[in-house]
Amino acid sequence: MNEITNRDKNNFKWVGKNTQRPDGPDKVTGRARYGDDMIVPGMLHGKTLRSPHAHAKIISIDTSEAEALSGVKAVVTYKDIPDHPLLAPPYGPMITDFHDISRNIMARDKVFYDGHPVAAVAATSERIAKAALSLIRVEYEILPHVLDPFEAAGADAPILHDYQYTLGSDPKSSKPSNVFRVASSERGDLSKGFAEAEIIVEREFRSQPVHQGYIEPQALVATAAADGSVDLWTTTQGHFVIRGYCARLLNMDMSSIRVTASEIGGGFGGKNNLYSEPVAIRLSQKTGRPVRFVMTRSEVFRATGPASGTYSHLRIGAKKDGTIVAAEATIYNQAGAFKGSPVGRSVDTFFSAYSIKNAKATAYDVCVNRPKVAAYRAPGAPMAALGAELAINELAAKLAIDPIEIRLKNAVQDHEQSLSGVKFGRIGLNEVLVKAREHPHYSAALAENQGRGFALGYWMHGGGLSSVNANLLDDGTVTIATGNPDIGGSRSSMRVMAAEELGVDISLIKTIIADTASIGYSHLTAGSRTTFATGLAVINSVREIIDKLRQLAATKWDVPVENVAWEAGQAVCHHGDFQALSLKQLASLAPKVGGAIAGHSEINATGAGAAFSAHIVDVEVDKETGFTTPKRYTIIQDAGRAISPDYVEGQMQGAAVQGIGWALNEEYIYDHNGCLQNAGFLDYRMPVASDVPMIDTVIVEVPNPNHPYGVRGVGEPPLVPAPAAVANAVENAIGKRMGVLPLSPPKILQALK
Amino acid sequence: MKKYNITATVNGDELDYSCYADQTLLEVLRENLQMTGTKNGCGSGDCGACTVIVNKRPVNACLILGVELEGAIIETVEGLAEGSTLHPLQQKFLDHAALQCGICTPGFLTMSKALLERNPDPTETEVRYALAGNLCRCTGYDKIVRAVLDAAAEMRANAS
Repeated sequence: MNEITNRDKNNFKWVGKNTQRPDGPDKVTGRARYGDDMIVPGMLHGKTLRSPHAHAKIISIDTSEAEALSGVKAVVTYKDIPDHPLLAPPYGPMITDFHDISRNIMARDKVFYDGHPVAAVAATSERIAKAALSLIRVEYEILPHVLDPFEAAGADAPILHDYQYTLGSDPKSSKPSNVFRVASSERGDLSKGFAEAEIIVEREFRSQPVHQGYIEPQALVATAAADGSVDLWTTTQGHFVIRGYCARLLNMDMSSIRVTASEIGGGFGGKNNLYSEPVAIRLSQKTGRPVRFVMTRSEVFRATGPASGTYSHLRIGAKKDGTIVAAEATIYNQAGAFKGSPVGRSVDTFFSAYSIKNAKATAYDVCVNRPKVAAYRAPGAPMAALGAELAINELAAKLAIDPIEIRLKNAVQDHEQSLSGVKFGRIGLNEVLVKAREHPHYSAALAENQGRGFALGYWMHGGGLSSVNANLLDDGTVTIATGNPDIGGSRSSMRVMAAEELGVDISLIKTIIADTASIGYSHLTAGSRTTFATGLAVINSVREIIDKLRQLAATKWDVPVENVAWEAGQAVCHHGDFQALSLKQLASLAPKVGGAIAGHSEINATGAGAAFSAHIVDVEVDKETGFTTPKRYTIIQDAGRAISPDYVEGQMQGAAVQGIGWALNEEYIYDHNGCLQNAGFLDYRMPVASDVPMIDTVIVEVPNPNHPYGVRGVGEPPLVPAPAAVANAVENAIGKRMGVLPLSPPKILQALK
Repeated sequence: MKKYNITATVNGDELDYSCYADQTLLEVLRENLQMTGTKNGCGSGDCGACTVIVNKRPVNACLILGVELEGAIIETVEGLAEGSTLHPLQQKFLDHAALQCGICTPGFLTMSKALLERNPDPTETEVRYALAGNLCRCTGYDKIVRAVLDAAAEMRANAS
């Protein structure tokens, strides 16, 4: 890798400037093609039959009537999806178990949630496909179900998987349990710490599962060819991951599946996973025709996402001067039908923004009769932050210390470690807290029935595998191909970094997202990793082009390449009288000399920085109706370096409003049979424009030393403290402790009684 | 099942289509006419991604039937720009970074156009309420509201 230098911000030509995104015109004119916008000649329409029960044994499935319907070309069930053995330990923090995936995409012997796929049909029209679903006869034996993670962890709960024994429990479990594992991190001596404490705050919290709420439903077209190869068009945060999962699940060669990522209409972690893709591939193989699947919004709610609902319990002990001496947290994360809730991230989030000598965090991964959870923007973190931040605010209030002062007093410092052992480098926490304290919002007057909340969020960003191809064309323009779907403007950031490196105008650079056959492996657009990791690969690729251009100039000038520098978009030699050669001149020369010039980079990026986000929010509570209105919202966050400030602000603003929804009104409502009652946007009420104020942002820049421009990542940190900040504001508005999200009007009225 | 032949004006062009009685305008646009700029987010009138303008009124294309539109004048996102010149709303959405994933953008643009035709000088609150039927999960609405207010100002300046 090239030398890493944190350049002086003032010398940047493009980095830190707002430029218009290259994909913008297509997206404002309706030309951009999303998952559902692909029309392939001869394509069939796929539809999925889903379980109407929360938990049931499948006795029989009879598809004969459906298959006989005119226009129906194929029907598939679990018999068409290969089974896979249970993944054996040891398990990493993220678990990918094809035993579970094969059962989640198509129920095998049992259904585990309302909406669990049971069969699928491909027909000549959507209308016929729907009619066919009603002709499939499934006989179920209904079993008792459980929805709440704390209840599901209890001894008397209905058991989802009779093969699952709890890992990491003490004593070792002797019978099947819904708890897959207990993850824990600890340091110091808790009992000694609490013995030293002069004040102890103890609280419990519950949060509801919430859906990622992307506006574009899952949609795809699979085309299986007679030679065994498959083309897949799908809306996803990671087409390489989809390729790998489909190949493994269907026992195919990875190279025989080519996945193209469509434009993606939102994901927030919810489009990291496999749903209808392998089913569509099977139907296409059976029929010899392309097969399209588009989920309805109801299917999206019933069978995809959400983030874990949680129960947590915390105890925090401090000295009278505000020094936190002991902290303990336990959280039950609902995993949904199959193991794999973000327990590691919950454990890491509770206390990692603070330097606490004696601390322990424990997280239970609990299966319940709900859809398998998916990542949602800082998975596992907002629910942990809810507990820790509200408990610390209560501590501050009881000690009559300002909430920011108590955090400054206990803030984790450069080169310390997170509770789960992540070593911090240079971090911007102090800078963020000081900026928050100085912000006029923090000391502004409040009106009657208003309250102010404050919370701090921590997130450790991801790095990982990214690949980039950069091609210099002979007219001096450059194409940059990455393997990362652009979910919120990453093509713009890639272009900015490439232009900065080359020293040329951004209009000369075109960015595309390449399909899986055209570029090396690239991990998900997730974990706020793209601008950092894929950005590094862009920089490397462009630097390779620059090196080749310097060589070309050296050959032309007959000087050693060391004497040729690249300055402001041209090759120069200060060792003699040479006329500088521009990118355009060199580009036209290249084909005549040595051939086309390209750069590429395949990396496993490390050194992504941790980031901190502080939120100040004012709400007004109508004490007659219990309705809460956010009145003012300010986010102060360390972005490391904002490559495209507009889009950094946009990430922060969007996360704040997701947090408002999480705190105030989003929840799943299940009936007594465990069936989802609000599987639509009308009743699953996400915030709308009239619910929220403008969201003010302060971008703090403490550059990450491991990136040439100092990038840390920005997408996830701003969601982490948002529900806590809003809940804290409500608490302060009504003068009551509120620990159960969402803080909907009935709960507030109850609290005010 | 019987199909009905309908003639309507879409973005200034008179078009014929034949559709079933239960087919929505959204299905007609996307499937029959292959105009995929109008997006399907929910199919139940709750997200506004399919907002189009029918006879000068903004409607959810998923809640109106194709057979109802004989003689109607329909405007979709594909008709906003004139050639390669963007409508002021489109330009301001780009200038203000008012889109991230962009799936809700066509609906916001058409709804905003209908708003500004009705009320060329809306307040921030009026913009927020006019757009309350359009869901965006990426932006938190801040930059969208600013883009609409800025476009309104520019359109007023151009008109005077």
